Amino acid sequence: MRQYLIRRLLLVVVTLFMVSTLVFLSIRLIPGDIVDSLIAELQRSSGTYLGTLDREALERLWGIDVPIYVQYGRWMGVLPRPDPVTGEESFSGIFQGSLGASLKLGAPVTDMIRGRMAVTFELGLMAIAIACLIALPVGIYSAIRQDTVGDYVGRIIAIIGLSTPNFWLAMMVMLYPALYLGWSPPVALISFREDPMGNLMQFLIPAAILGTSLSAMIMRMTRTMMLEVLRQDYIRTAWSKGLKERVVVTRHALKNALIPVVTIVGATLPIMIGGAVIMENIFALPGMGRLMTNSLLQRDYTVVSGVNLVFATAVIVANLLVDISYAYLDPRVRYR
Amino acid sequence: MSQLREALPQEVARKRRSASGDFFVRLARDKRLGVVGGVIFFTIVLLAVFADFVAPYGMDEMRIMDRFAAPSAEHLLGGDQVGRDILTRLIYGARISMVVGLAGTSITVVVASIIGVPSAFFGGKYDITVQRFVDAFLAFPGLLILLTVLSIVGPGILQIVLVLGILTGIYSSRIVRSAVIGIKENDYFLAAEAIGSPTYKTIMRHIMPNIMPQLIIIFSITIGGIILDEAALSFLGFGLPPEIPSWGGMLSWEGRRHMEVKPELALYPGLCLAVVILGVNMFGDAMRDLLDPRLRGSEAS
Repeated sequence: MRQYLIRRLLLVVVTLFMVSTLVFLSIRLIPGDIVDSLIAELQRSSGTYLGTLDREALERLWGIDVPIYVQYGRWMGVLPRPDPVTGEESFSGIFQGSLGASLKLGAPVTDMIRGRMAVTFELGLMAIAIACLIALPVGIYSAIRQDTVGDYVGRIIAIIGLSTPNFWLAMMVMLYPALYLGWSPPVALISFREDPMGNLMQFLIPAAILGTSLSAMIMRMTRTMMLEVLRQDYIRTAWSKGLKERVVVTRHALKNALIPVVTIVGATLPIMIGGAVIMENIFALPGMGRLMTNSLLQRDYTVVSGVNLVFATAVIVANLLVDISYAYLDPRVRYR
Repeated sequence: MSQLREALPQEVARKRRSASGDFFVRLARDKRLGVVGGVIFFTIVLLAVFADFVAPYGMDEMRIMDRFAAPSAEHLLGGDQVGRDILTRLIYGARISMVVGLAGTSITVVVASIIGVPSAFFGGKYDITVQRFVDAFLAFPGLLILLTVLSIVGPGILQIVLVLGILTGIYSSRIVRSAVIGIKENDYFLAAEAIGSPTYKTIMRHIMPNIMPQLIIIFSITIGGIILDEAALSFLGFGLPPEIPSWGGMLSWEGRRHMEVKPELALYPGLCLAVVILGVNMFGDAMRDLLDPRLRGSEAS
């Protein structure tokens, strides 16, 4: 177990390092014309002409006046970053917990993300809870009654759920109640502290849409895992001992099938984050996904890379936790 | 329950006996849903190819008096906000979805092979290095990379096909890699190595033909996702420019802005997407089950 943990942790460190490098490269390898377009935008919004001198000043302000490996060192926090105004040098990078400043607002990216994390987290957590509530019972039923009408109905619903675009579903939920019932979801975020019920109700609809589209995937995999377990020798033994179906299913099969299902829920996290970006956009929830798309539209690439890094880290950490709990629950994993 | 335990060995035997020859017979007999899906898929492909002949109007033909026209014999599904025929736009939308889906998936298969085959073939340090890169990519939520890259390269069909194809290819390379690792255990591979067969020859003669089933599986299980991704990106405004009638774009440019006036503008494109992806998914599932039952349930990885 200990060896497995060490190996797994080392792998995570390597992956995190690669991820931060990729995030860095994804924006720093932008061809020069992006700098030009940023300057053009600034000129348009301020109404003044920015000459070559200003261009150099802007490049210094954005920290892109030095070779790329120096930028990388500064971004990681191993090389000092000079203050654009005073020229004082200080270390501020990933190792210091800093993701730089917004190109457009000048505010620290970490502060912008911190303010929006809770919304995305709440949406995601509710979506996963709803997905599991639907997926696990249906998936298990589908497996223990393989090839019956119930199984087919469950599988067809799952494949329909997998094929329905969640952004379209969300639009329909916005549109038809508004047309026929005069009801539409609230536009402003309801604070949990002021109105806990209102806040939960506000998140319930986007979370339910996200959850149902996730549940299709989780349900199919739960069914597969359960079927696999039902084919094992120890299940045959349990049957031949004359145990009741309920005991075989819950005590022998379910316990073993649920372990891989934990992995599945972990594996759907990247897809869930993508869905959260879409839901936050449609339902006007001020979360990290909305921050991401807004920053992309404004070409605020430091914010974009910050959000990317936070999401990727969340996925890596979640996968690590899943792997560790898996190894803890299933001793066979450790010796692979 | 007893049915389950009895049926198993027979099922296995049946699958082994007919492993190569009567593929279509098995498809028709065992996978009715797959046939339905295949019919939907190929109908849409035909519609996309012959869109110019099938569509009642030209793609951008607009008549301002038909603005928000109600469904009639002239406009079966009515007109949009500038008086274009909705049915025509939807048919051309099928063309966009199919081009993006088929081209993107082809690139996916090529990229997955280019990454997966050498990684498994050479193994060792090369494999470890490449796989760490793949790990890093897998950690990013796909939609986020797509959004970031597309906002940099700008909207357009070529960009979206390339970006979607390459990224999905990186994700799918794991399936190719594990297939090749399986092949390396076989005697014919060891024999080829023993007689000193050159690398490219071993790969072309012994590996590529044997991973064909996996490549077909990758093709059939990723095409739905690629079509859906394009729609999601266009919906968010980062995919295709508004003049191209992509279903996702129609939902956003026309549907979202005018849905209070004409709800159909938001209803139909999504319905088209759902039907096509449903068809493709049913067909893909059947293909996967027939070609490699071990990969069942691998759709989320």
